[in-house]
Amino acid sequence: MGNIVEIRDLAVAAKTDSGRVVDIIKGVDIEVAEGEVVALIGESGSGKTTIALTLLGYTRPGCRITRGKVLVAGRDMVAMSEAERQHVRGQQVAYVPQSAAAAFDPSQTIMEQVVEVSRIHQLMPPEDARRKAVDLFRALSLPNPETIGARYPHQVSGGQLQRLAAAMALIGDPEVMVFDEPTTALDVTTQIEVLRAFKSVIADRNMAGIYVSHDLAVVAQIADRIVVLKGGEVQEVAETEKIVHTPQHAYTKELIAAFHPVERAPADPRAMAQRNAILEVKNLSAGYGPTGSDSQPSFLALKDVTFRLAAGESLGIIGESGSGKSTLARVISGLLPQSSGSVTFEGRELAKSVSGRSREELRKMQIVFQLADTALNPNRPVRAILGRPLTFYHGVRGRQREAEVDRLLDMVRLPAALKHRLPSELSGGQKQRVNLARALAAKPELILCDEITSALDTVVAAAILKLLDELQRELGLSYMFISHDLSTVEAICDEVVVMYQGEKVEEMPTNRMKSGAEHPYSRLLISSVPQLDTNWLDRLEQDNELMQAVAGR
Amino acid sequence: MNSMIAGLIIRRVGIMLVSLVIVAFAVFAATELLPGDVAQILLGQSATPEAVAGLRKAMHLDQPAILRFGHWLGGLVTGDFGRSYANNRDVADLISGRLVNSLKLGAVTTLFSVPLSLFLGVTAAMFRGSFYDRLVSVFTVTVISVPEFMVATLAVLIFAVYLGWLPALSFANEVHGLGELLRVYAMPVITLSFVVSAQMIRMTRAAVIDTINTPYVEMALLKGATRRRMVMRHALPNALGPIANAMALSLSYLLGGVIIVETIFNYPGVAKLMVDAVATRDLPLIQTCAMLFCLSYLLLILIADVVAIASNPRLRQ
Repeated sequence: MGNIVEIRDLAVAAKTDSGRVVDIIKGVDIEVAEGEVVALIGESGSGKTTIALTLLGYTRPGCRITRGKVLVAGRDMVAMSEAERQHVRGQQVAYVPQSAAAAFDPSQTIMEQVVEVSRIHQLMPPEDARRKAVDLFRALSLPNPETIGARYPHQVSGGQLQRLAAAMALIGDPEVMVFDEPTTALDVTTQIEVLRAFKSVIADRNMAGIYVSHDLAVVAQIADRIVVLKGGEVQEVAETEKIVHTPQHAYTKELIAAFHPVERAPADPRAMAQRNAILEVKNLSAGYGPTGSDSQPSFLALKDVTFRLAAGESLGIIGESGSGKSTLARVISGLLPQSSGSVTFEGRELAKSVSGRSREELRKMQIVFQLADTALNPNRPVRAILGRPLTFYHGVRGRQREAEVDRLLDMVRLPAALKHRLPSELSGGQKQRVNLARALAAKPELILCDEITSALDTVVAAAILKLLDELQRELGLSYMFISHDLSTVEAICDEVVVMYQGEKVEEMPTNRMKSGAEHPYSRLLISSVPQLDTNWLDRLEQDNELMQAVAGR
Repeated sequence: MNSMIAGLIIRRVGIMLVSLVIVAFAVFAATELLPGDVAQILLGQSATPEAVAGLRKAMHLDQPAILRFGHWLGGLVTGDFGRSYANNRDVADLISGRLVNSLKLGAVTTLFSVPLSLFLGVTAAMFRGSFYDRLVSVFTVTVISVPEFMVATLAVLIFAVYLGWLPALSFANEVHGLGELLRVYAMPVITLSFVVSAQMIRMTRAAVIDTINTPYVEMALLKGATRRRMVMRHALPNALGPIANAMALSLSYLLGGVIIVETIFNYPGVAKLMVDAVATRDLPLIQTCAMLFCLSYLLLILIADVVAIASNPRLRQ
């Protein structure tokens, strides 16, 4: 078997905002045989998407290929003219984007965009293209294949759009498919359907593919070989089985280790029941839109939720997008007043909105948001970001405040020298630590963590989780930990609440999560989390009816 | 979809009427605040107090302001815009001829400047960072910063005085044939296009660049689309909403804001009429002109919103 793709000594340079030129890909060699799927795996900034895009002879604005060859079926994409590249794109090499929701033009129907490749390259008459598209929709097990093309992108779900993006790539019968994190933006239950569709299409057509992902477990299901990247260089290349079971390189080992979080020793349930509740939520309902005659808002995002969090414990809230978990945090913190029910903090019922709560109540409950980028003021240095709550809650000023800032940075394991920097001068993990330190500055009793590790790379996220655990032991904090990622919750929480469509469907101790879930939805959700096992997807058997109900939302 | 747009237009027309009433009140209140007494100005310095009082009574100026407002509003609704204080002619008569002139000038300028701005804006965005793009940017910034009286005066100096190709004054009423029409309109249209195009070019360029940076336009490129197709099929349709709004804003200037151009070329339009009316304290005329400008502005914004909604399937729902 020959190689359909050969990347030889590829180097790509990028121009930074300050005008400096940095090498982001530093001489990479990768080959893909016919009918083989090769995964590029690595954290953000490792250059995996940049490499994948060079297969189409494309670099993002500001980037430039400085040397090397990218041979697709023997022809060098680097040396080609732009017109020749346009000829290859869509016909020989096709691209499936990370976020199909963003990659579909909102002003055109789906069908128009799916058949666009055949129109651009004049592959077949429009009628044939449409028929072929409908066949592809069917092959990708999309609902209503005959009519789904007439809809606009905003009228179908995220999982469906992702499969439609695959149809868009397949219409030109490409020899090589480039998948750029195609399931990262999806919920786990949806991800399974999309992965299955991709896998069967690739197998049917015996296509070659490059699959870019940061998720080792997903890649293990679909790739024949894995290329581990870091900092624009190849760290290790091996068969999938070998990478998963006998990794050689230190970085690969680190990736695999981060995948198996240390399970938390469960708290003694009897001890927990005896401890005072720091937070009690009773029959909480909240939503958006105008209030109806029954004094409930027109769209209820949270329905009659009740739970209790004991002091010094961690409670996980898990669920997929739209399950109401973020709304729950907003209501508890007073950002969104509830329509009914109560929130009791340390035995006292809290006012519905922030303006009705005392400063002391606000101080004791802090919230940390998912995206440190948007939560931290980009124009203030770290010391000002941390100093502000110190002055606001504790009246600390001057030298004492500086000393406190140093102490906080030390608490989140950051060097004190960082305090003069702006958030934009920090890495993603450092920013999230500052974000956490900002909450700690208030000396809270309870921290609401809203998906705080979701935007981070696996290794960085594991370090943040470890930090949270240490802080809890040092300071006796309580956490309410919201996440869609079950393994993070597993690593940090004592109890788990499963949310589905605004309702709490089940509550259980974390260590019983895998074995003892009783509600069918919890079972579906938990079994949908990809495992680091190459046969996991093939062996997975799920309740099809429930799956359809969840996926068809 | 058509019924949906029709419903939207009906709703918007309702809101327009409300806005017009509010503006009518504001305009009336503002003219009330103008210093000086109309009767006194009309009769001159030497008038006896009795004569002034008599005229005030005859013009109903002795009635409370709110009553006169109601009377005027009632007149507006029934199409009676009142009589000019200055020369006792119907305001409707005074305005109608001038309005036609202004609309003609505005229409010719629109026909000329909108396609030009669209073309320059889109091509500048398409070749962002190129020499051509920089040339267009320098040109628009220059045009924005040079005041229009300067452009107009220079145009008169060059084309009318030195070269003698075009008439210095534009009498729109004495036009016979296309050649003459072009000659008469050339200079005012060029001057006005300079003023309104600069903003439209910049906004078009910015809106198109915004959409060029979206993943779906990148996706089109990765499907093998040419740059031209990428911009025309994917970037431009999604930028239409903001472009239409920027254009409505610029074009609204063509009715009320062209006083300088009308003065320099002695063009008989409504803007000049209104300024003259301010000088003579001709309140009914001022009020009617103000309402007219407001109405034209609201209509343009309505058109822009309909364009924005028609081009966005998410808003069409």
